[in-house]
Amino acid sequence: MTDPTTAPTTGSTPAPATASAPVTATPAPRPGDPEITAELVADHGLSPSEYELVLGILGRTPTFTELGIFSAMWSEHCGYKNSKRLLRLLPTEAPWVIQGPGENAGVIDVGDGLAVAFKIESHNHPSAVEPYQGAATGVGGILRDIFTMGARPVAVLDSLRFGDLDSPRNRYLFAGVVRGVGDYGNCVGIPNIGGEVFFDRAYEGNPIVNAMAIGLMKREELITAEATGVGNPMMAVGARTGRDGIHGATFASEELSGDDDVSSRPRVQVGDPFTEKLLLEASLELIGSGHIVAIQDMGAAGLTSAASEMAGRGGSGVSLEMSRIPVRESGMTPYEILLSESQERMLVVAKRGREDEVRKILEKWELEAEPVGEVTDNGHFQIFENGVLVASIPALPLTDGCPTYEREGIEGDDVKVARARDLGHLLEPEGDLSEAFMSLLKSPNLASKRWIYEQYDTTVRTSTVVRPGGDAGVIRFRGSRRGLAATTDCNGRYCWLNPREGAKAAVAEAARNLVCSGALPTAVTNNLNFGNPLKPHIYHQLREAVLGMAEACALFETPVTGGNVSLFNETDGVAIYPTPVIGMVGVLDDVEAHAMTHGFKAEGDAILLLGENREEMGGSEYLYRKEGVVAGEAPIVDLLAERRLQHAVLGLIQKGVARSAHDCSEGGLATALAECAVGSEKPFGVQVRLEDNLAPVALFFGETQGRVLLSVAPEDVDRALDMARDHGVPAVSIGAVGAPGSSFSIRSPRGHLELDIGRVAEQYHATLPALMTRSNGGEPA
Amino acid sequence: MKVAVITFPGSNCDYDGYQAFKLLDGFEPEFRWHRDAALGDVDAVFLPGGFSYGDYLRPGAIAHLSPVMEAVRDFAAGGGPVLGVCNGFQVLCESGLLPGALLRNPSLRFRSHDVHLRVETTRSPFTSAYEKGAVLRIPIAHGDGHYTASKEELAELEGEDRIAFRYCTTEGGLAPESNPNHSEHHIAGILNPARNILGMMPHPERAVEDILGSTDGLGLFESLRAHLSGTLATQTP
Repeated sequence: MTDPTTAPTTGSTPAPATASAPVTATPAPRPGDPEITAELVADHGLSPSEYELVLGILGRTPTFTELGIFSAMWSEHCGYKNSKRLLRLLPTEAPWVIQGPGENAGVIDVGDGLAVAFKIESHNHPSAVEPYQGAATGVGGILRDIFTMGARPVAVLDSLRFGDLDSPRNRYLFAGVVRGVGDYGNCVGIPNIGGEVFFDRAYEGNPIVNAMAIGLMKREELITAEATGVGNPMMAVGARTGRDGIHGATFASEELSGDDDVSSRPRVQVGDPFTEKLLLEASLELIGSGHIVAIQDMGAAGLTSAASEMAGRGGSGVSLEMSRIPVRESGMTPYEILLSESQERMLVVAKRGREDEVRKILEKWELEAEPVGEVTDNGHFQIFENGVLVASIPALPLTDGCPTYEREGIEGDDVKVARARDLGHLLEPEGDLSEAFMSLLKSPNLASKRWIYEQYDTTVRTSTVVRPGGDAGVIRFRGSRRGLAATTDCNGRYCWLNPREGAKAAVAEAARNLVCSGALPTAVTNNLNFGNPLKPHIYHQLREAVLGMAEACALFETPVTGGNVSLFNETDGVAIYPTPVIGMVGVLDDVEAHAMTHGFKAEGDAILLLGENREEMGGSEYLYRKEGVVAGEAPIVDLLAERRLQHAVLGLIQKGVARSAHDCSEGGLATALAECAVGSEKPFGVQVRLEDNLAPVALFFGETQGRVLLSVAPEDVDRALDMARDHGVPAVSIGAVGAPGSSFSIRSPRGHLELDIGRVAEQYHATLPALMTRSNGGEPA
Repeated sequence: MKVAVITFPGSNCDYDGYQAFKLLDGFEPEFRWHRDAALGDVDAVFLPGGFSYGDYLRPGAIAHLSPVMEAVRDFAAGGGPVLGVCNGFQVLCESGLLPGALLRNPSLRFRSHDVHLRVETTRSPFTSAYEKGAVLRIPIAHGDGHYTASKEELAELEGEDRIAFRYCTTEGGLAPESNPNHSEHHIAGILNPARNILGMMPHPERAVEDILGSTDGLGLFESLRAHLSGTLATQTP
């Protein structure tokens, strides 16, 4: 046999998919490859010191192909170089955690022999450029991360942030993202069960699109993505490789500039949910067939990351023959093939000799499966083109050797100024409180999100018990009494003012939302959306937020089983708010008996408030709406009190005392009461009297954390209050649910608010549709 | 009573339909693949929702050419009951087994929420268990549900009592705001002239258990079961 490193094959016979070369072999530069210069290295996002490391690993100058590989694998998106050291601070273990961080998705034991795989992922940069495809492929990618674990996707959630909706550009981005999330999930047939959206000018130009997916499997169906078994063939499965999304991972690790929406289009991928649905069914059938060892999505950094990560995890090597990869167009170079982020592609490690069986399953689903390489024992990631070695890199240093940085972090001066701002004047309302509340309901942050989730199929799979619109979505597990609640939460304003408290608040609110839905908070997936960490004030935000998250997750016993980091969310040097989104899941032991909703159930029920009211206006929606600023101290979070509150609420639900439960969050107590009132088909009246001697603006609209509204039957009031107090939770009966169509009235010693509930309901539901039907709403500016 | 649940590539309500039939004693649902040229020995056919063949060209446009649809045509021609829901309804219209067409929702947005349906006729294998005029609450989830047909076809549907369900208000009234896709004559579901084929956009299979929020869809399955057991009983010597 000729030395494959020197003799290019010619003629029509394709090169075998099973070439290998000694680790000492030196890959040849391809004709036409650019020369490796300092400038080219910098263009690939590698610093001089990182490039020195590359030279040390290889013992020579990299080829152009190799430079591209390092660029992708050592990008922030794949290598986590600015976040890895901080992420180690997060709690990741618990007896119920089956798979922690490092795999395609985290996996937890949910009882009855069942396991749940779940993860959240960002698609911020692509969505800023092309909102529909950016969001759609975000959903596609996270679904693949779930079913490559062997789990069938059963729910998705989306966590979104945009600039204010008075700009046509933001309406275009928002409408496009919602349509993209919807079309993809709807077509694949996965119900959307919840999520959140928030509008603030800090997200102008840099929308946040985080998609979370949840999958269900029997425990023994779990499969991990480790390339093992020397000689096992690697097969490319699914869609063909094209020139779209090349260097998407590196793109996602840079700041955007004003003209990026045109020049960056080729780096955005295009999704095909129909192929995804076929790939989903084929993958689950493959995993069940026993013909394969491992399977991984070709996601960020495409074939490069899929193959090298599988090799790294398996402690093996891999060789790939580029001429074997099914491509959409001829003339693609190894560099392009390796870094393409074409969607709906998988890399499968089959058992040797089972290639035909694998192919048969794929053919049934009208998909291709092509052997493209094999697992080797030399520990190297080797790429051949027609038998010629074009890249040879030790796999472990490539996947795990990315340098990690701990950077300097200092609080930004602008934040200090904003925090110090005196908000005392706010407490004196101008005009009456009723009208102040009506104008608050014109905020899309507080109003109904129905316009969004009516575009999502929420009931397909016939397992949705609680649909979007409340505290958390709830699904049942067929054949079991159990179920799962899921939510995503984060208030970026609090995080900007105080990243540590803000992150604690995000974890606490997520847990509170689950508890209000009848679930025990179980585990977390996180999405850290931040600006450029090379800037000290951003690194400060990142570190503080991780510390706050670590503290809260440890206390709530909700380990972090995986997630995603999205840094460099800046446009023209201006960063988004630090937005560490928490995706949390919780288990319900008896979903039929315990699944809880926020809407009031019956006239005459008593309304209880658990938790404490305080005079906190910092970072509130009221302040943003009234004065257009984000200032003051973020609401403080007392984690121990929070835990007591959650135990009490869950106990009240499980004992069947609570008839509704609702978290009190943005827009304060008045908004939360309104949500409970209009949460049923016919809006109920509300008669509430608070005894707190606080300024009414703070009492009604302040966003003090750690509060829950319950409704109980009149005869259960004493019992409920006793149960709450037994847990050490302040609890008072504050009023009663009124007749449908009656008045919405909140009184306190220092002020009152009274409105027709019909008017409240109308405004609550009209706000978002009205904003989106403005002239050119939803169309490009 | 065997029910063939048809799976096209891209169907995503096939499993939900299967589960709904499983809930009722007497039904034995079985999956059939789009390439199957024969249905085998079955008593009814369920064409599920989803995005068969990715909705390429138009919803249902490719599915109606698949081998299994030949078999469904033959089955229906022999009087066998066929229920098409959502994409299944679109496939039936594309196949010419039902008149008219389903166009993009005028809002240009996918709509997913509960709707109210008024039962317009009880003279069918699918609606006999309901009372005429009854109001049902059942989810919809579609982007292409705007029913349209020629004036003549609409007149026929009306004149022959072949409109099975109309979108209505909670009280059963007809109003533009309770017609989620502005369908002509508020049509949510129709029958063929022989009354053995029903196509409807709302999803009765999603409204068969309390835990899902409604059991108003059960009547369809109960009607079909009564129809089939009646048929079978008369066949017994």
